[in-house]
Amino acid sequence: MMADLTDLGVKAIRDGVASGDFTAREVAEAFNAAVAGAAALNSFIVTTPDRALQAAEAVDADRSAGKPLGRLAGVPIGMKDLFCTDGVQTTAASHILEGFIPRYESTVSRKLWEAGCGMLGKLNLDQFAMGSSNETSYFGNVTSPWRKADGANTGMSPGGSSGGSSAAVAARIAPAATGTDTGGSIRQPAAFTGICGIKPTYGRCSRWGVVAFASSLDQAGPMARSVEDCALMLEAMAGFDPKDATSLDLPVPDWSAALDADLRGKKVGIPREYRMDGTDAEILEQWERGKQWLRDAGAEIVDISLPHTKYALPAYYIIAPAEASSNLARYDGVRYGLRDLPERGGLQDMYAQTRAAGFGDEVKRRVLIGTYVLSAGFYDAYYTQAQKVRALVARDFEQAWTQCDVILAPTTPTASFPLGSLSDDPLTMYLNDVFAVPASLAGLPAMSVPSGLNGEGLPLGLQLIGRPLGEQGVLNAALAIEQRAKFAARPDRWW
Amino acid sequence: MSITVETVARIASLARVRMSEAELARMAPELSGILDWVEQLEEVDTSSVEPMAAVIPNHLRLREDVVDADPLTGGGQRDAVLANAPMAEHGFFAVPKVIE
Repeated sequence: MMADLTDLGVKAIRDGVASGDFTAREVAEAFNAAVAGAAALNSFIVTTPDRALQAAEAVDADRSAGKPLGRLAGVPIGMKDLFCTDGVQTTAASHILEGFIPRYESTVSRKLWEAGCGMLGKLNLDQFAMGSSNETSYFGNVTSPWRKADGANTGMSPGGSSGGSSAAVAARIAPAATGTDTGGSIRQPAAFTGICGIKPTYGRCSRWGVVAFASSLDQAGPMARSVEDCALMLEAMAGFDPKDATSLDLPVPDWSAALDADLRGKKVGIPREYRMDGTDAEILEQWERGKQWLRDAGAEIVDISLPHTKYALPAYYIIAPAEASSNLARYDGVRYGLRDLPERGGLQDMYAQTRAAGFGDEVKRRVLIGTYVLSAGFYDAYYTQAQKVRALVARDFEQAWTQCDVILAPTTPTASFPLGSLSDDPLTMYLNDVFAVPASLAGLPAMSVPSGLNGEGLPLGLQLIGRPLGEQGVLNAALAIEQRAKFAARPDRWW
Repeated sequence: MSITVETVARIASLARVRMSEAELARMAPELSGILDWVEQLEEVDTSSVEPMAAVIPNHLRLREDVVDADPLTGGGQRDAVLANAPMAEHGFFAVPKVIE
């Protein structure tokens, strides 16, 4: 048996189980133990060691019987607690859904179990996926496994909203995890923790059974420690689902088999508007290194313009809260979750009291903004205008694709920050996603790949944005960076 | 544009979220700050564009018009549907009395 199975990624585990180097059960036990020993990170809301063992035993039994194995057989993963899991509490990190035990399985999680994955547990996140630091969860902050090199032991943010996912994968307590990305919620936490994460084209992964935040933007994707592991996970997660009206009825490409870091003949666009005031100098330096790496891989670097970039974030903060205020209207204390009925209260009192008790501050803030921008007299000035700006952001990208095949940009304007340092200032927090949101508004595939550490010893990420359905181009350019950045740093265990 | 405490109270009522005076007072400047910031969208000339709702071209499908096309959502799931209800009685969701 190998020294430490928890150092292995998705592909190494799958191949090792298939070839008999170790059993799926040994892998599940190793990760279950790692999860149990990492409570200080608070990355899981509930752990499900029995589920992980059960799935592993089924894989081992199939292998003994000579049956064909799934494409991810024996790989235990973390499931973001935004995916409904049959028989396992699903909360979206909210009080209002505390105790909710779905009687059905989300399509994405079902596909992963069918591919042979096992579930280590349900991962913490920002409440209803609203946040960029994992500080809005009802079940407490997630702490990043990374710390600054200054020895002060300050608790750092793992990013958000998929902060439990990023912390778990970076800490090697899960080889991979699911995430969801509405305006950067896969890419920003991946960048903050030195791992990879890809948001595919809108419609690639079914939204069925995923707790809804902003339905025209929400998209699931994988988080793992290598580009290839992300490709393998995405192949299992993606695919047509008649139960989601926005699901794309297209075959799922064999992205992992077609991975190719030779970028000769490819053009990489550098959007000049992403060079913003306030962007950290070390981030800009990494961006320059990224250009060199892609040039070294054979690509031609071209300057491009995405003129409406500065308006993408404000448009997002109208569209996403508007959709959220509508989606979250379902939490009424009647059908599932919390009910808080004041004494002698009527139905309306029950609605208002349940939602007051069940939603956190950031969720209330966004529900109120959404309600305001959709209210009579304001709808056109805010919501319609934002949807028009969204069209212009998408048009910018369409024009860029006449000049380049993939776009290289920073993932975030800064590295991770100490927990608590921005939580009093919603606007500054929102600016974390300034580089991530444009691709979300345009529905484009986008990925973060680690590029190095900053002077404080914290990871930084580079973002690749592709054409619609251009996941392969994104993965290939990310692979070219991964091979040259040779990012091997890992957090020292303190938990 | 400044959002008053009264405006926040009106929105909170529309959104069915009970808020204390202290919460309303805290939320008003926060919402004002966010809405002031999003108002920069007014600068953008959008006279030649249609509002975008769907980002990736797709077509709407119809399922087959048969009973129980998807058994999970086709009916006969009363107990599963009620399983998570905070209060269910006689096979129904139970709510406070709404008719005097």
